[in-house]
Amino acid sequence: MAAFTAVRAAVSFTQRFVRVSRDCSVCPLYRLNVCTGAAVDGFSAPNRRLPKRAGWVDLLLYSRVNVVFIDRSGQRIPVKARVGDNALHLAHKHGIELEGACEASLACSTCHVYVSSEHYEKLPEPEEREDDMLDMAPMLQENSRLSCQIILTPELDGMELTLPKVTRNFYVDGHVPKPH
Amino acid sequence: IWGSHICRVRGLSSSSGPRVCIVGGGPAGFYTAQQLLKARQDAAVDIYERLPVPFGLVRFGVAPDHPEVKNVINTFTQTAQHERCSFHGNVNVGKDVTIDELRQAYHAVVLSYGAEGNRSMGIPGEDLPGVFSAKDFVGWYNGLPSNKELHPDLSFETAVILGQGNVALDVARILLAPVEMLKETDITQNALEALAGSKVRRVLIVGRRGPLQIACTIKELREMVNLPNTRADMLPADFEGIAEALKDLPRPRKRLTELMMKAVKEGGDDKAEKCWGLRFFRSPVEVLAGADEKRAAGIRLALNKLEGSGESVRAEVTGQLEDVDCGLIISSIGYKSIPIDPAVPFDPRRAIVPNEMGRVQDTAGLYCSGWVKRGPTGVIATTMNDSFDTARVLIQDMEAGKLDLSVNKPGAQAITALLQTRGVRMVLFSQWEKINAEEEKRGKSLGKAREKLLDVDEMLCRAK
Repeated sequence: MAAFTAVRAAVSFTQRFVRVSRDCSVCPLYRLNVCTGAAVDGFSAPNRRLPKRAGWVDLLLYSRVNVVFIDRSGQRIPVKARVGDNALHLAHKHGIELEGACEASLACSTCHVYVSSEHYEKLPEPEEREDDMLDMAPMLQENSRLSCQIILTPELDGMELTLPKVTRNFYVDGHVPKPH
Repeated sequence: IWGSHICRVRGLSSSSGPRVCIVGGGPAGFYTAQQLLKARQDAAVDIYERLPVPFGLVRFGVAPDHPEVKNVINTFTQTAQHERCSFHGNVNVGKDVTIDELRQAYHAVVLSYGAEGNRSMGIPGEDLPGVFSAKDFVGWYNGLPSNKELHPDLSFETAVILGQGNVALDVARILLAPVEMLKETDITQNALEALAGSKVRRVLIVGRRGPLQIACTIKELREMVNLPNTRADMLPADFEGIAEALKDLPRPRKRLTELMMKAVKEGGDDKAEKCWGLRFFRSPVEVLAGADEKRAAGIRLALNKLEGSGESVRAEVTGQLEDVDCGLIISSIGYKSIPIDPAVPFDPRRAIVPNEMGRVQDTAGLYCSGWVKRGPTGVIATTMNDSFDTARVLIQDMEAGKLDLSVNKPGAQAITALLQTRGVRMVLFSQWEKINAEEEKRGKSLGKAREKLLDVDEMLCRAK
C-alpha cells in the first residue's frame, strides 16, 4: 500500500517538476530508477513499452510487477517487485536460494532459473555471453535463463521463476566420468 | 536449533552447538561452511588451510584475466567473517595436527583439501627441462609460493599443450595474449615480464580423441577465437564427419562444435603474428631431447582412431607417429588428489577419498567435499553444489543422531593450544586481511589489481 501512495505522490511531483525542468538527471524518480517516462504529455518515454500518454493510474498499475519464485522444494514464494528490478537481486532480497556466485558478471551459471513459458517469450534475446554460461548449467531447458540478466518490465507481471532441482553427481556437461 | 532445544529441556551440559572442522580453505571448504552455518544456527565452523592465505584455486587457479570469476571471494569473505566461523591459515593438517586429533576436538570433520598433485603422462623424457605440468605453470603465473622458482624458458617459437580442458586453454591464452591484456591483472610481475619477453608464437593444444570429445567449455574457446593478433590453425582432416553429427548434439556440445567449425573455416587474420591450433587424435608417447640431450626439443605423438560411440568413445592406437618440434611442453591432463593422513581411507586408483554421498567410507564423523570427493573436474559452481550436498548430508546425520552432539567438543580452543605447543603460527582471517591490503597496495603502485606475495615467510611477516 505504501508503494502505491509513494507512486501517486511521485507522479504528482513529477508533473509539477517537469514544468520547472525537463532534465531527467535531476529528477528523483529517475535517480531512484522508478521513472517510467510516461508521466506527462510530450515527454520522450525511455521505456517504450508504456503508452506515451499514460496517466498516473497507468503508472500505479505499471510500476508494480508481481513475480513468483518456485524454490527447489517446490514451494511458491510470491514477491512484489518493481519495473527495473533485477531478478537475481530480487531473489536475494527475499532469501531465495539463488547463489549468484559471480555477482551478475556472466561468469557462472549459479543463478540459472526456468522462466514460465508465456513470459519467456517476452524477455529480450540472451546475449552470446549469457548463452555461453547457460551451456554450463545442469538440466538446461528451452525456458532456461540466467536470472541476473532478467530486468523486470510491466509485461513480465505474473512471471514464475523456478529454481532447477540440482541433483548430486552431476557434471558441467552431463558427462559421467569413467574411472581412470 | 532442535538439538540445542533438547539440550536445554533435558539440562544436558552441551554449552554450545555442534562444532565442525573443515580441512581446506578453497571453494569446497568455504561453500561447505556457508551451508552449515546457514542450516544450523548453533553450529560453529572452523576452517584450516595450509597456506597463510585463503581461497585455494580461486586465487591460484582462475586465470588473471578472469577477475569476475573471482567475485566468489566476496561470498567467502562474508563466511569467514561470520561470528560462528573462524579461519586458521598456515596450518598443515597431516603434519602440524593429525586427522585423529581433529576428530577428537570436533563433532565432525570435512575434508575439502582438493587436488594438489598432478597426473603424469608416464612417458620417457617427461622429466626433461622444458616440460611442465599445467598445474605448475598456472601456479607460476598465479603466484603459488611453491611455483615461484619455475622460470619457464619462453624463448622457443612453438609450445605444445597436452590436454584440451579449460586449464589447457587458459595456458594457451596466457601464452599468446597481448601483454596489454594482462598488465593490469593480478598476474605476478615476474610472469608478466617473462611473457613480455616471450618468443612463443605458436601453441598447439593436443587431445587424444576427436572434436566431439573436447573437454573445454565454449567461453574459453571463444576467447581463443577472439584473441587479438592471433589466428586459428586447425587441420580440416580432424573434422571429417563432424558437420553431419551436429544436428543430433545437445545444445552445449552443438554450440561448442559450431564454434570450432567456424574457426576451421575462417582461420583468422593471415597477417596475425601468432597462431594457435587444436590437434586431435594424438597421444604423447615420448618427449624428444635436443642434440645436446639436455632439454626437450620436441614431442612424439601417436595417432589414434576412435572406437565406440557416445560417452564411451575410446582412442585406439593406429601405429602411426608424428614428431612436433617444440621447446615448451605443458601437460594439462588433470590434477590429482593425494592422501593427507594414514588415518583417512584413500583410493589410489581414482585418487579420491572413498565416500558415499560425502560420508567417508567406514569412518563415522568424517566427510568430504569438492575435488577430493568427486575427482578434479568441474568449475566453481560444480564444487559449490557438491559442497552444499555434503553439508546437507552432515546436517541430516546430526539430526538423525548419527553424530553424538550431546558430547561436548572443545573445537578450536584445543587445536589452537596444541598448535601453539608445536610452534605453529596460525594466521587468522583478520591477519589475511593485512596481507590482502599489502598486496593491493603493491599492485596499485604497479597499475595492477594486486601484486601477490610469493613467499610464505613474507606473508607471515605481513600478517603480524
